[in-house]
Amino acid sequence: MPDAFGAALLIARKDLAIEFRTRTAFFSAVVFALLAIVIFFFAWDPTAVAASDLAPGVLWVIFTFAGLLGLHRSFGVELEDRALDGLLGAPIPRHAIYLGKAMANLVFVLAIEVIAVPAVALFYDMPLGGFAGAAALAALMILAAIGLVAVGTLFAAMSVNTRLGELLLPMLSLPFFVPIVVPAAQTTARLLLGRPVIESVGWLKILLAFDLVFVAACTLAFPYTIED
Amino acid sequence: MATSAIVAEARHAVEVEALVRAFGPRRAVDGVSFALDAGDCLAVFGPNGAGKTTLLRVLAGLLRPTRGRASVAGVALPGGPEARRHIGFISHASMLYGALSARENVELAARLFGVRDPRRAAGRVLEVMRMTPRADTPVRSLSRGMQQRVSIARATVHDPTVVLLDEPFTGLDAAGAAALSAALGILRQSGAALVMVTHNIEEGLALATHAAVMTAGTFARYEPREGIDAREYADAYRTLVTLDA
Repeated sequence: MPDAFGAALLIARKDLAIEFRTRTAFFSAVVFALLAIVIFFFAWDPTAVAASDLAPGVLWVIFTFAGLLGLHRSFGVELEDRALDGLLGAPIPRHAIYLGKAMANLVFVLAIEVIAVPAVALFYDMPLGGFAGAAALAALMILAAIGLVAVGTLFAAMSVNTRLGELLLPMLSLPFFVPIVVPAAQTTARLLLGRPVIESVGWLKILLAFDLVFVAACTLAFPYTIED
Repeated sequence: MATSAIVAEARHAVEVEALVRAFGPRRAVDGVSFALDAGDCLAVFGPNGAGKTTLLRVLAGLLRPTRGRASVAGVALPGGPEARRHIGFISHASMLYGALSARENVELAARLFGVRDPRRAAGRVLEVMRMTPRADTPVRSLSRGMQQRVSIARATVHDPTVVLLDEPFTGLDAAGAAALSAALGILRQSGAALVMVTHNIEEGLALATHAAVMTAGTFARYEPREGIDAREYADAYRTLVTLDA
């Protein structure tokens, strides 16, 4: 039998293969992200609000809602023909299902970030602050994505079987996204302004701490959300 | 072995004792008991809502028993991975991913069950189910009957010692039904115990070593297949079901 990590990799690979073939959630999320950037741009009054004040908020609003599209889809594919029963009937630990789903969702959110960050930088004419700034921004994106995905995957599993799942997922997730989004937006603002990376280290540490707590708590809680 | 698992004293392939599964105040399964040895096949007949599918889902480790005891290969259910590796579950739903091919679906199951050579094992069961020519077709492009055959291949790729079947012949054409009967015969010869839920008395009794009629969560009848006259049994079943309704 595969160990938990091996099983999680199998599930993540399966989810990514399905998404690669159908491209349903990814295209929706990317189109949503780009449209939102454009709408925010045209609604922006540059004489009233500086680009550096607006861009981080725009970025994290977009990531949060675009990510939710993928998170909802991740358990939606398991409902068609009750494929989830196939996973639950396999001799793998329950948390391997969670980790596999979270890994696939992480790739999904990071792929959206790879497209959205340059788009925001382009529209708002924001410098990425040289190699150190870009590296710190990449680290921030990865850390924040891990936190969002850890919480979102758990709530996606909880809400997918409910009648109002698409509404319930953001309602449950968004309050838990706040501790991730606040340090992420603060750090993004500093990095986009070209401030020294050392100024952001404190926020990155807070993000890392939230990631560790959320990943551990959600991994432990997941089996209780799917056991009947 | 999982710490929660309790090794049953008598090593029946399947052992169920006073099993109860309730949903709120309603008992879908209400005090069912039976035991099956390797190679046995229990056919469970009953009307809709009798609790047959719930019984199978408890035996598959997908639902926790509310009361009573159930074990598979000596491991108490739900029992964790150690119990689930013995079980193959064929349900109403195909449990397949439409975007993946038949081969990919079966191979994924083989890998999750830790089958040594997953590619070869998937090829073998797809061959048994006569699906080799369509093995690389995405499942959503297959007919319902073909999906059912792939689903059976998925559920048996790890050579389970207990196979749970929920209306397995539904949607199958003559070739599919023959392939399924052959596959179940092979499984029984290899020592697997089968629990099959069906409405079709003839099909059920053809494979069964034991038969049960389930109404309102309980076994109204439970007996060995030997000595059962199919026609009399069908008449008695209709009477029981009518009385229950």
